Amino acid sequence: MSITVDNRRDKRAEYRAMFKANVRGRLWVDKIMVGVILTCALIAITPLMWILFELFVQGGQALSWEFLTQEPGAIGQGTIAIGPAIQGTLIIIGLSCIIGLPIGIMSGVYLSEFGGNWLATQIRFFLDVFMQFPSIVLGVFAFLAIVLVLGHFSLWAGAVALSLIMFPIVARSTEEALKMVPWSIREAGAALGLRKWIVTLRIIIPGAKKGILTGALLSISRVGGETAPLIMTVLGSSVFFQGLDSPMDALPLRIWRMSLLPYDDARLAGWGAALVLVLVILAIHVGVRYFFLNRDNGKGIIAKLLNGGKRN
Amino acid sequence: MTAVSVKGEVSSSPLGAPPSFAGKKYKMITENVNIFYGKICAAKNISMKFPEKSVTALIGPSGCGKTTFLRCLNRMHDMTAQARVEGKVMIDDIDLYDKSIDPIYHRRKVGMVFQKPNPFPTMSIYDNVTAGVRLNGIRDRKILDEIVEDSLKMSYLWDEVKNDLKKPAIELSGGQQQRLCIARALAIQPEVLLMDEPASALDPIATQKIEETITELKKDYCIIIVTHNMQQAIRCSDYTGFMYLGKLIEFGDTKQIFTQPKNELTSKYVQGQFG
Repeated sequence: MSITVDNRRDKRAEYRAMFKANVRGRLWVDKIMVGVILTCALIAITPLMWILFELFVQGGQALSWEFLTQEPGAIGQGTIAIGPAIQGTLIIIGLSCIIGLPIGIMSGVYLSEFGGNWLATQIRFFLDVFMQFPSIVLGVFAFLAIVLVLGHFSLWAGAVALSLIMFPIVARSTEEALKMVPWSIREAGAALGLRKWIVTLRIIIPGAKKGILTGALLSISRVGGETAPLIMTVLGSSVFFQGLDSPMDALPLRIWRMSLLPYDDARLAGWGAALVLVLVILAIHVGVRYFFLNRDNGKGIIAKLLNGGKRN
Repeated sequence: MTAVSVKGEVSSSPLGAPPSFAGKKYKMITENVNIFYGKICAAKNISMKFPEKSVTALIGPSGCGKTTFLRCLNRMHDMTAQARVEGKVMIDDIDLYDKSIDPIYHRRKVGMVFQKPNPFPTMSIYDNVTAGVRLNGIRDRKILDEIVEDSLKMSYLWDEVKNDLKKPAIELSGGQQQRLCIARALAIQPEVLLMDEPASALDPIATQKIEETITELKKDYCIIIVTHNMQQAIRCSDYTGFMYLGKLIEFGDTKQIFTQPKNELTSKYVQGQFG
């Protein structure tokens, strides 16, 4: 029976009684659901904690000054070291940032600020597909396009392959970060007679700084652990930097190589390299956040340089 | 506007202007402005004249096109892909919609204050006020300092913030933020000031301060204010335009609109019978 003017009062009383009767049941459901989601969260982080624990226990034994700074000697001779791999990983990450971040961030700016058209829709779709590409495919691409053409493995080829993984991630996360800046801010800028590129560059991008950086850091983490594209491009090596045209070692490559070898010290080197890789990525995250995001309280070094020490 | 029919149709009289406008210099003139969102016409054939050194209020029920019309006066509709403006909007003798002019240059003559305070979140109070000037290329610290002090004094915020100019703007209260936005609009030295319900989100005290600001600014500017608050229109405007369903129904001296409206709809609206 539907509610009418006549029975409205009775109906209301009826509904109120129903709500009341249900309170106990709902409280239980509430408790159970909180329990379930908490359990899920714990299950999700268990493997992660386990891996980290294992890494510190196993890899920690390998750590020493020599391990971090020397070139690796012959396998099975007792000299294990990952100096070139650390150097290689840092150089490759740096190079792919130089290539991938500007392209990615600028694509994101285009999509967010100028992207209300057909072309942008196509680019967005392409980026989403590109993001799901198996990384080895991009490695093969760099192999065909650079390694075969130049005739040798090189750091450049690796950086290009990794930047291809990076830029769709950065582009999409930049776009999302920029879209978080309220439309009213853009209108306020326009109402001041500012040109669109000035509003974008000086008001919108600074407002989305945190989101853009987070996207960039995620992409760095992602490529920092990539192995497959590097096998096809930088190959691996056991000596320090020889030039951007030469093969180079990298931490994921070293982990992969060492873990395949049937020697105890090789396995130990693999564990150590894995621990170091995690620490390197962590250091990049903490460092970048410290430099760029402490501007408000004037602690960041970049902030101090930008402000010339005057403001803040 | 002399001939207004009872049905609420604006007659095709030459450019809407109240009789008391005679002899005044006009800052802005609109001629037959139509504004479309896609196929919907949100403002129909609006012709108005805005004299300099005066406050004109636009009143009318929600959705009547007041804000839509206000936004065409500084080409804010350029920001919306679906919006289209027809007709002429003259500031001094320049048509804002003329294809041969640089709209952004002329937009600087028209400051705008929005309904909700929208300070730039990453900037300090100082940087907010100077944003329009600074980002348009003026970097001389002395000039900026002068503009900051002057603009904040005009918007009655100076005394409250003069010692915290480096504080982030978002730490201010809502009313202070709105006065900051007024200062920011004034800092670009506009000749016209558009205000879109500037006090709708504020408490009575902040509202009073904003109204004082408007009264003070009237001495130098042509101010056009959209408001839902009829008391506010009475308190601070010289002329009032009543809009309904996208049309300008009546335009006249504020006193006349509120005491002797010529149109039946206006009469009903100002008496609070609908809206």
